[in-house]
Amino acid sequence: MKIVLEHLTKIFKNLDKRIKEPVIAVSDFTFEIPDGSLIGLLGPSGCGKSTTLNLISGLEEPTEGRIYFGDKDVTDLPPEKRGVGLVFQNYALYPHMTVLENIMFPLGNLRGEDRLTKEEMRDRAVHAAELVQIEGLLERRPAEMSGGQQQRVAIARALVKSPEVLLLDEPLSNLDARLRLQTREEIRRIQRATGITTIFVTHDQEEAMSISDLIVVMKDGAVHQIAKPQDVYDDPVNLFVAKFLGTPQINVFSGEIRDGKLMIGPEAVFAVSGAEDRPVTVAVRPEGFLPAADGALSCELKRVEVMGRDTSVVFSHPALDAVQGRAIVDASLTRDLEPGAVRFSLRPEKTHLFDAESGERIRCRLTRKEEEHV
Amino acid sequence: MFKKKNLKAWLYLTPALLFLAVFMIYPLLDVVVYSFEEGYNSASQSYSGVGGFNFSYVLRDPYFLQALKNTFVIVLITVPVSTGLALLVALGLNSIGPLKKMFQTIYFLPYVTNTLAVGLVFMILFKKTAYSEGLVNLLLKLFGSPGVDFIDGPWWAKILVVCIYTVWIVMPFKVLILTSALASVDETYYKAARVDGTSKPRIFFRITLPMISPMLFYLIITGFIGAFKAYSDEVALFGTDLNAAGMNTIVGYVYDMLYGDSGGYPSFAAAAALILFAIVFTITCINLLVSRKHVYY
Repeated sequence: MKIVLEHLTKIFKNLDKRIKEPVIAVSDFTFEIPDGSLIGLLGPSGCGKSTTLNLISGLEEPTEGRIYFGDKDVTDLPPEKRGVGLVFQNYALYPHMTVLENIMFPLGNLRGEDRLTKEEMRDRAVHAAELVQIEGLLERRPAEMSGGQQQRVAIARALVKSPEVLLLDEPLSNLDARLRLQTREEIRRIQRATGITTIFVTHDQEEAMSISDLIVVMKDGAVHQIAKPQDVYDDPVNLFVAKFLGTPQINVFSGEIRDGKLMIGPEAVFAVSGAEDRPVTVAVRPEGFLPAADGALSCELKRVEVMGRDTSVVFSHPALDAVQGRAIVDASLTRDLEPGAVRFSLRPEKTHLFDAESGERIRCRLTRKEEEHV
Repeated sequence: MFKKKNLKAWLYLTPALLFLAVFMIYPLLDVVVYSFEEGYNSASQSYSGVGGFNFSYVLRDPYFLQALKNTFVIVLITVPVSTGLALLVALGLNSIGPLKKMFQTIYFLPYVTNTLAVGLVFMILFKKTAYSEGLVNLLLKLFGSPGVDFIDGPWWAKILVVCIYTVWIVMPFKVLILTSALASVDETYYKAARVDGTSKPRIFFRITLPMISPMLFYLIITGFIGAFKAYSDEVALFGTDLNAAGMNTIVGYVYDMLYGDSGGYPSFAAAAALILFAIVFTITCINLLVSRKHVYY
């Protein structure tokens, strides 16, 4: 089922009564989520992603805007009438019930013609448990299971009523690193197997990028970019998105466009076409650096960290916005590097320019000088 | 047990152990001894024989049987009623937003009020005097009832007042405990239940009640023990001569046997105290057995 959000806005009163100004948790969110897709809501904490999830689930009422499931307006419907399954960050499994009882619990709420017999409930609960592969743990209590298993139970409980929409609030944040990797693939598998439209919230960009069909990058209640994970990474709309995605973080220099050349410090690193002269912020992905004797950018190399296939070159530069920057370079190219002066040539497709004030992307064409000669 | 490290630990415990031995264990054992000494005279510290006569006397004493009956009625009425009411009040307190703090304070006030002062208020409510019928009787008369003498009247009227009084006295503590128990239930359980369309009663019986069951059973067990030890509330209402009022309790009987007008019989008192102990012990064991089945920890 596709989900349409129209100008969705949620404003909270400030909890601190001394501050009159209300908190805008979600501001003017308009988006159509395609049927059967897996969407990652990504942003730093307090950006409104959980509130968005609560609005979709019906636990919160929007201040403005409408929500449609398919063609049906569900804005004024209570959560139970919307057909959503919700998995909470702490799973919210009832500790006094066994796994089976937990999964069966939502079915026990069905009334009227939907009412199920005990056997039907059991069958459907067992079916949901099989889907998340916990059929061997049905008689356990939540406290007797690992975090990953509890997570699966929570997903099974959310799926047992065959909802149209599955919502996951920070589904992986309570798991350890290894389990996180496993579980995110598991979520992808379950989502594929059921074909259910799924929205999950996360602050971990790697998590969002690895399994989502589309990611929504949010900050301070506003949506910054909605695109496929690779596109958000390769083509960020502003400096925030560029900085939020990617590990190691993108390297940010202050620079300037002067006479059709992009200057970082005294050095012209690219020829620029399609943008007027102005101060800019230059952001270069770690993989955008190539050590080269005739490279355009000279930096101070601090150390080389070996990671196996690649090496991480730690450098400093006066125009950099941080103490040090990081370049990820193929190990074969860094054999001879010693601490001291180093020259990099930058890859234009890994270099993005942003307005120095607003951080908005400046769309323009960058070319290396040597390419000009050709 | 007697390693050097343990020795040090025992040394630290000694003051407390000595205290407990002198003021708890010795008197307890002494009570058992007294209860089997027949014809014990506290003035001459002598007794005529050893046997079960004290128990058979107490169990045949009409005053004791009356006290036993009163105590059981008080226990069986006040424990369920006060716990149930406290749960209702706590649920109410938990669901109101504004003025919650104020109502919490109001409901806790009886706990810090002096028993005898409360007794006085109950007198105004229930006692018939030459000048006044008592507030409750005035109300009853509005509905055409002839009115009852609650303090000097029939047994059921008196026990009713005792029960109302006891419930009123013990409720604040229970409300306090239950409000905090309710507040400590994680909000996301309710959210999860709401998303699943769980009805209010089902949320209460399947989620809230099991979650607060440890506290509830704690209150029931301590409530039973407390109610079995009822005495001061009855004195506050009916004065010290409880036998005459027919309102004595087991603890009251023990006290009377020791110090009352008919007192001076520590052996009978000891026997009655041990019977009370046996009753409380049995009930507590039953409570614990039941709780093991129904309480989620």
